[in-house]
Amino acid sequence: MSPASMAAAQSTPPTPHRRNTAPAMPPKVQIRNVDFYYGAAHALKSINLELSDKSVTAFIGPSGCGKSTLLRILNRIYELYPGQRATGEVLVDGENILSSSLDLNLLRAKIGMVFQKPTPFPMSIHDNVAFGIHLYEKLPASELDDRVESALRRAALWDEVKDKLKQSGLSLSGGQQQRLCIARAIAVRPEILLLDEPASALDPISTQRIEELVDELKPDYCIAIVTHNMQQAARVSNYTAFMYLGELIEFDETETIFTHPKERRTEDYITGRFG
Amino acid sequence: MDIYARRRFANSLVMSLSVVATGFGLVWLVLVLWTLLFEGFSAISPVLFSQMTPPPGSSGGLLNAIFGSVVMTVIATLIGTPTGILAGTFLAEYSRGGRFGEVVRFINDILLSAPSIIVGLFVYEIMVVPMGHFSAWAGAVALAIIVIPVVVRTTEDMLTLVPNALREAASALGAPKWKVIVLISYRAAIQGMLTGVMLAIARIAGETAPLLFTALNNQFWSADLNAPMANLPVVIFQFAMSPYADWQVLAWGGALLITITVLCLNVGARLVASWSTFKP
Repeated sequence: MSPASMAAAQSTPPTPHRRNTAPAMPPKVQIRNVDFYYGAAHALKSINLELSDKSVTAFIGPSGCGKSTLLRILNRIYELYPGQRATGEVLVDGENILSSSLDLNLLRAKIGMVFQKPTPFPMSIHDNVAFGIHLYEKLPASELDDRVESALRRAALWDEVKDKLKQSGLSLSGGQQQRLCIARAIAVRPEILLLDEPASALDPISTQRIEELVDELKPDYCIAIVTHNMQQAARVSNYTAFMYLGELIEFDETETIFTHPKERRTEDYITGRFG
Repeated sequence: MDIYARRRFANSLVMSLSVVATGFGLVWLVLVLWTLLFEGFSAISPVLFSQMTPPPGSSGGLLNAIFGSVVMTVIATLIGTPTGILAGTFLAEYSRGGRFGEVVRFINDILLSAPSIIVGLFVYEIMVVPMGHFSAWAGAVALAIIVIPVVVRTTEDMLTLVPNALREAASALGAPKWKVIVLISYRAAIQGMLTGVMLAIARIAGETAPLLFTALNNQFWSADLNAPMANLPVVIFQFAMSPYADWQVLAWGGALLITITVLCLNVGARLVASWSTFKP
């Protein structure tokens, strides 16, 4: 990390609700006064949030609260659609990624994303994983194969697909496809992983595998996960952000959010009174 | 009559009408095909593929017309396919919701349903008149103008079927837009796009009107693209209208050839489409 970004990170005031956490490192991602608009609709209102490295932060809240929107700001994927825009600052390692001078493709190499529905590309399992690597590096075939294998191993899929790497990615089951997408994302060696309800289209066993995988990836990445499932948030995350109607209501360690929430609305939501 | 009996009656009435209507439609199709097979089959012989169109009263084949049709169809496809695919790509990938795209789409739909004789007259006016003579080039251009809107439409439709989630996933890996289109969208939609091209070829294989004004016809062998060129549809038109029995037989043979070609293209298009990743 550059001295400049270190200084920027340290000068940040602590987030209001976060006490007793004292992270050893400066936060990986700092979201400052971020507003988001779908055309004229004001979808996110002045969000301030920090994501720590080597930990999992869950975004929870009822449908339409803006949790996916917030995630989609972090790699600027929303820019695929005209009319969507974000204001404010998002600092990744101290650099504002909302700045227009930033190289989007390099940003996205650093920040991987996995979507709600599995999105295998219409190509072989091997080529799916190699796709992202090809975008940045020209590797000899043997090295490429090693990278593909290690990504698939990391995504706990290798043993199931090692004999059929040439088969279409679409031939896999839903849960396998989702792990293939995770392998594809980590093959690029990102530092941050954005998971947008990665298990909501999967059966309970596949969901469990994805959750185990998130747990295994935690020591090496800064992970943000959007989930509808509060038990899942409680199981996999270190920190939880509760959002409601485009606002960040409460952000704290997951245990605190689920045992002693400060806000009435948080408590109502996690106890199932609404949402 | 209780309500259930009434429903059963209404159901069987509508069903019978539907069956009758289907049968009515099929009868004509079968009659057309049967006449064509019956009359055309006697004309199918090696001579048909090895000799030129004859003067009345002598024997001959359709070699020059078959050659001309193939040449002009190939050139039209070579012009029309890349143009159509690029324009369809623009509509589906770049102009979503844009005003200009709306206008282009609207105009393309008009072109798609424009009578082909108008296309023939147009090319006559812009190519044949300035050049001073009919030519195979003019014929190929007229056919290309018919190919383009078909390919634009199918390309756009097929690319629109590619889920946005795939584009997002590729973009999220850091792929620039052109790579997302070429490596992901095209790959996902390729079967549908190929189907569109094959259907466009099938469409121009039998077009007569645009060629009457452009390539016209040629009684002799000619591979000169700057000269009038024989082609099956115009030969069929001319021979079928003639009073000579041997010309009429050749016209039937040519009609059967075109029909078989179009049938093969359509079956091929269906086969290709059935391998598609995303069903329309």
